[in-house]
Amino acid sequence: MTDLLYWLQGPAPETAPPKVEMPPWGETKVVGKPLPRVDAYERVSGSAVYPLDFALPDMLHAAILRCPHAHAVVKSVDTSAAEKMPGVRAVITGKTPGADIPWFRGRGKWYSKLFDERARYEGDEVAAVAAETRAQAYDALKAIKVEYEELAFVLDPREAVKPDAPPIHDGTNRYGDPADYARGDVAAGFAAADAVVEGTFSTACEIHAPMEVHGSVVKWDGNRLTVWDTTQGVFEVQEAVAQSLKLPLANVRVIGHYMGGGFGSKLEAGKYTVIAALLAKATARPVKLFLTREEEFLASGNRPANTMTVKVGAKKDGTLTAIEFSSIGSGGAYPNGASTSFLATDLYTCPNVKARDENVAINAGRARAMRAPGFPQGAWALEQAMDALAVKLGMDPVALRLANVPKVSQRRGNQPYTSTGLAECLRDGAKAFGWSEARTRAKGDGPIRKGVGVASALWGYGGGPPATVVVKLYADGSVNVNTGAADIGTGTKTVMAQVVAEELGVPVEKIQIEHADTGTTQYSGPSGGSKTVPSDMPAARAAAIEVRNKLLAGAAEDLKLPVEELRLEGPDVVSAKDPSKKVAVTAVKALERHQVLVGVGTRGPNVEGKVISMFAAHFAEVEVNTKTGEVTVTRLLAAQDSARVMNRLTFECQVQGGLVMGLGLGRTEERVLDRQTGKMCNANWHDYKIPTALDVPAEQKVLSVDLVDTECNTAGAKGVGEPSTIPTAAAIANAVHDAVGVRVHDSPITPPRLVALLAGRGKKG
Amino acid sequence: MVDRTDDPNDLDPGPGGVSRRGFLGSVLPAAVGVAVAKDALSVPAQAAPVPQVPAAEPSKLTLVVNGRTHKVLVEPRDTLLTVLREKLGLTGTKPGCERGECGACSVLIDGVPRYSCLTLALEAEGRQVTTVEGLMNGEELGPVQKAFVEEDAFQCGYCTPGQVIAAEGLLRANPEPTLDEIRLGMSGNLCRCGAYSHIFNAVGKAARLRKER
Repeated sequence: MTDLLYWLQGPAPETAPPKVEMPPWGETKVVGKPLPRVDAYERVSGSAVYPLDFALPDMLHAAILRCPHAHAVVKSVDTSAAEKMPGVRAVITGKTPGADIPWFRGRGKWYSKLFDERARYEGDEVAAVAAETRAQAYDALKAIKVEYEELAFVLDPREAVKPDAPPIHDGTNRYGDPADYARGDVAAGFAAADAVVEGTFSTACEIHAPMEVHGSVVKWDGNRLTVWDTTQGVFEVQEAVAQSLKLPLANVRVIGHYMGGGFGSKLEAGKYTVIAALLAKATARPVKLFLTREEEFLASGNRPANTMTVKVGAKKDGTLTAIEFSSIGSGGAYPNGASTSFLATDLYTCPNVKARDENVAINAGRARAMRAPGFPQGAWALEQAMDALAVKLGMDPVALRLANVPKVSQRRGNQPYTSTGLAECLRDGAKAFGWSEARTRAKGDGPIRKGVGVASALWGYGGGPPATVVVKLYADGSVNVNTGAADIGTGTKTVMAQVVAEELGVPVEKIQIEHADTGTTQYSGPSGGSKTVPSDMPAARAAAIEVRNKLLAGAAEDLKLPVEELRLEGPDVVSAKDPSKKVAVTAVKALERHQVLVGVGTRGPNVEGKVISMFAAHFAEVEVNTKTGEVTVTRLLAAQDSARVMNRLTFECQVQGGLVMGLGLGRTEERVLDRQTGKMCNANWHDYKIPTALDVPAEQKVLSVDLVDTECNTAGAKGVGEPSTIPTAAAIANAVHDAVGVRVHDSPITPPRLVALLAGRGKKG
Repeated sequence: MVDRTDDPNDLDPGPGGVSRRGFLGSVLPAAVGVAVAKDALSVPAQAAPVPQVPAAEPSKLTLVVNGRTHKVLVEPRDTLLTVLREKLGLTGTKPGCERGECGACSVLIDGVPRYSCLTLALEAEGRQVTTVEGLMNGEELGPVQKAFVEEDAFQCGYCTPGQVIAAEGLLRANPEPTLDEIRLGMSGNLCRCGAYSHIFNAVGKAARLRKER
């Protein structure tokens, strides 16, 4: 269980470089085309079996008892009545033999246990039950008697660092010292500026809220455990479960074929899997354990709330002279990342930059990486400050950003980017959006005012090793592709089939994808951080090329021609010199003899001395009702630089989804904690508002600037999941400012918040 | 912000349907109704204290799902969602929240989209229940399903069966919906992947495919 699973900290464990030559693709026949998904049938017919659909003969159903208090000592747990309830087969607590398992590691130590005697947030695990039916399991939870000693709690990170704050862990509430970054001389930079803006911004805590709740089905066969888990990374779950239960990796098989959304919350193993395994061991029966929707809101992760202060200075022509940024956030009751400073230090060229990130414990659910962790928060602050700076300088906000487009990654040793499409995203996006016309248009003189805004982003992680993919050519010319990668809805399987189809000339309909099973598929990191395409597709390509090479070598023997002369053309291997000399793929003796040709592809190391990043610029148009404070987002446009688009259709769908999630951050989403009790007030979808079909704008456009990048990896594609959601909320906030001249510093932009700001402005006159 | 009470389940419950507002009112009478029916044979209703069947006591139920009749034993508290998935093995219908907020569990009851998590199985007796599996023609996808494939109207696919059912119900009631009508008709079904714009395209395409059929 690493702290941050989106990217590796320290040196990457690298698989061997691929054995085959992989020149950059020129024009492609299959890659890039808008093909429907290879598993679309399963997903629309209802035949796809998600982990929550999975059932085994003789299976029990389990449920978890969670602490109802924000901070408490679990003095005693009396399970005697629950054990006698109808259908109850096992009840476990922290005192159950074998259940004393450490959990939540960070900074070299363990912060908690599977069932800790100290509960540090509303939702900490206290006990668990397995029963014949789910209803019986929940009935039994109610019969468990727990004596709690309630403790003082703290919910605001800024309060948690004060000396008199209640300690959540031993000693300080800080997760490590503040992380500082500096380059140049910030004081000199601000002194040289013609205009300086400064402000404090905050983002509310968001919940991932995937449609399928977290959970597992587990089954023991002796000392071997099989887990069907809803996960973004089967190997990550395998490692954590094996460690917790002190089993060899070979004794833990994790299968994760379908999964109903994760957005980062399913990158790591959950306690529920290990709890289910303990209950299954105790009862000698398979056990199914999934959270309820309420538990999902409390205990399966979140994007932490952040408070950020940003100060930006620039010359009259818009050249940035200094940026100062500080952020405080909370990983929650147990450590997780809460940094937001990256964009402030790397999105724009600026010689003088100072940044600080503070991460502290509070008595609330632990954060987990959520789609571009830290970046949408950082963009909310930085990109609103840039907008304010443009206003102060009297510059077009697009022009201000274009004046500061970076050529190198200043945060990472001034290394150049393999490609940087920020300028193209801003220019092409502005053109497609009709930015200039929209900006100069009248705002309206009634209660409804129109405005437009822009914000940009980068995502700085371009994937890498390790990844291994195996491609098998069957005797009839059809193909099996074997990868450990998850398809979390991003189209991994579809894109990989397209890559293999491109190299082997086999239609995607004849390609079978076998994936996300630690027992039968090859290693891949968890699917997150926009890194599945850039990490796994090069390995798939290498494997397919190896198969093609073997096939051509076999055909060369059969045809008694030099291999260099041969080409794969549809169902045949053909001589380039004399097209009459050919052999059908299925007739190649090397294939006939073995009945299969196997290629093993690995992901080689990333290019040295360069940085891989994706860029984006988002444009928003809003209508603000100045009487009610309601904001209607009428148009959104995302201009993305992901280099090669692997599948136009799934790419567009994913970017649309990024816009919607960004809309949620900007407009509606907010975890509300009760100051009196420390409990979450809106642990359900009725009160925690994610965007609905009526909240999204009627017009959402997606634009790819389609740069050619032959250095980022051998697929030439950089990924898109994270950068498509980073700047959306800030663009909406900037559009609101354009419409009504009020800057909303705190997300989400709710009607009460905005109407109060509008009223306040009226008073100041 | 859109108030979720705009969802189609609240607009017109129709005969036999259950709205979210009507649900709380319906739970009690349904459970008691069963109890009275069983006890009425032996005990005069007015003389005894209100009879109650334990929540876990199974009752016989005949359900018509996708045109086939099933006889099942259910607990009075079992939702239609639970019975479809756990007794009939129809796992295309997904639990999302089990409290009437997300629409992942949508099924058609007498042709109208309903949240099966807010419908007691006992309430569905005598009704025509259609799940996503019932929109197939054998192994062939129905027009709404085909449109969802072609327009890539999903990502993780978990909410998709519910979206497909909502679209089917919308198009049965309104074969040529405008974009605004599509948005309203689909607003009772959440999609966390945010594929809404593709879903709108798919519903528009499905309307055309259904006409061509």
